Amino acid sequence: MTETPLTIWEQAKLQGYSRRDFLRFASWLAAMAGLEASGVGQIVKAMDTKPRIPVVWFHFQECTCCSESFIRSSHPIVADIVLDKISLDYTETLQAAAGKQAEEALHATMTKYKGEYLMLVEGSIPTAEGGVYCCIGGRTAQDIVMEAAAGAKAIVAWGSCASHGCIQAAKPNPTSATPVHKLVSGVPIINVPGCPPIGEVMAGTIVHILAFDRIPQLDGLRRPKAFYSRRVHDTCYRRPNYDAGLFVESWDDENARRGYCLYKMGCRGPVTYNACGVMRWNNGVSYPIQSGHNCIGCTEESFWDNGPFYRHLASFPGFGIESTADTIGLTVGAATAVGLAAHIVATNLRKGKKINEEIKEAAKSDAKGGA
Amino acid sequence: MNINGFRRFYVWELPVRFYHWINAICILALAITGYLIGSPPALKSADEASFGYWFGTVRFIHFLAAFIFFFNFFFRIYWGFVGNKYARWQNFILHTKAQLKEIGAVIKVDVAQTGARPLESIGHNSLAGFTYFLTFIVFLFQATTGFGMYAAMSNSWFPRLFAWIVPMLGGDFAARQWHHAFMWFFIIFSMVHVYLVFYHDYVEGRGVTSSMVGGWKFIEKDQAANE
Repeated sequence: MTETPLTIWEQAKLQGYSRRDFLRFASWLAAMAGLEASGVGQIVKAMDTKPRIPVVWFHFQECTCCSESFIRSSHPIVADIVLDKISLDYTETLQAAAGKQAEEALHATMTKYKGEYLMLVEGSIPTAEGGVYCCIGGRTAQDIVMEAAAGAKAIVAWGSCASHGCIQAAKPNPTSATPVHKLVSGVPIINVPGCPPIGEVMAGTIVHILAFDRIPQLDGLRRPKAFYSRRVHDTCYRRPNYDAGLFVESWDDENARRGYCLYKMGCRGPVTYNACGVMRWNNGVSYPIQSGHNCIGCTEESFWDNGPFYRHLASFPGFGIESTADTIGLTVGAATAVGLAAHIVATNLRKGKKINEEIKEAAKSDAKGGA
Repeated sequence: MNINGFRRFYVWELPVRFYHWINAICILALAITGYLIGSPPALKSADEASFGYWFGTVRFIHFLAAFIFFFNFFFRIYWGFVGNKYARWQNFILHTKAQLKEIGAVIKVDVAQTGARPLESIGHNSLAGFTYFLTFIVFLFQATTGFGMYAAMSNSWFPRLFAWIVPMLGGDFAARQWHHAFMWFFIIFSMVHVYLVFYHDYVEGRGVTSSMVGGWKFIEKDQAANE
């Protein structure tokens, strides 16, 4: 740790980046964060003048795919500056320190920068059996989160694990895997869901905080609006096929070769909020739908439990794996039809009796009238 | 068979009848287009996407019908406060012992088919009124989930009023699932509703079927004595 923290620009210069590279990076960040042209100046100014924000990055119940995604975000300065040189005081998977030194680095940051450091959480936190399912350095994940959150300026929950629990929280959720926002309160929390989130989305979120010293605008589920306000479906290049009613019917049909809409194959694009269609993955190479596979909705809560990935309508809870709302609806409809048919028979018996009585009565009164 | 033993009552006012048929047409349109949206037929076409828009049109009809459906229902609620006594909100909310008693009687006479005489209710009987109350709840649920999902693709303020329901249900996928499941409520309700209208006319001869066209019902004079 340096005594006088360097600004991001100073660090970049030390790394050998030219001013031109640096400005290009600032424009790229502004574009990523969805800012207008004037925002570039603000970002440059912030990175010119502001010292780094200390960052601690925790790994709990996770697969490190978020980290993998982040270090592959397309601009090298992100990895070099934001991740490698500037910010990270603690992260289990990338730090050189281990054991005692690592724990000391964490505690030094947490005490020295109390109320100032940014806390990044990757993975869900198990709470069952006192949290024994995830322990680091002899302490439970829950314990660590609570301690670190108390002094954090803000928390970024990376990925679906930290945002909703992801696969660890899928039924029956044996470890009671819990997302950060359900454990911590009183600290601003940003959810960046996805399995993993897009690297540029992660970088954009972090840089927004670094550059503007405040959290980005969030939606009702605490997701940055810049990246999560639109459905994959709305920005999908196959969308015109959807509107024209041109659908892939099976994975190897002619329609699949023509690149029609994957809606009927169970594509979750229409119910999933992410920037895949715009930013794409791996430096803008592709995204699942472009590669011919449906979206599985990895940014959405309990997407593992939402029925088979390749079917549009989920299995209905409690009615067996093959019964959708439609099969149940049809069964109830058929049962209703049978009930109505039985009612028709009973009604006709009753009406027949009534008509007979009326005829008899009429005959009686006729006879009376005749006499 | 004394035809003159019936008295004619003006039961359903014109706005109520309009509401009923607009509602029926909307529900029919919503169920058909909704089903198509859920499982679009396989039209194997080699066309370029730019030449077609049929699925977009189906969705447009669904959204348009949804707006009409919602405001029509909104109007009906208003009419529940200003309409005649057969249209009043009290018919739909269970709040008296007499209503509970009547529900028992309806089950005895019309469902179990044990009573001989038709019931005295001139407008909705209590069981029918209560069933319509349940449908109103489902109307609201469908409108809320529907507009809630629609909010994501609209810039209008109106659908946003309903956007809160989506995270509450656990996301768009779940909202969509519930919205779809309750379509079946409408299908089954319509089966029973149409059947019962015919059934009542068939055994009572009060002209229930045509009452939603002309507004009049025919009630036995002795039954209607205290009206």
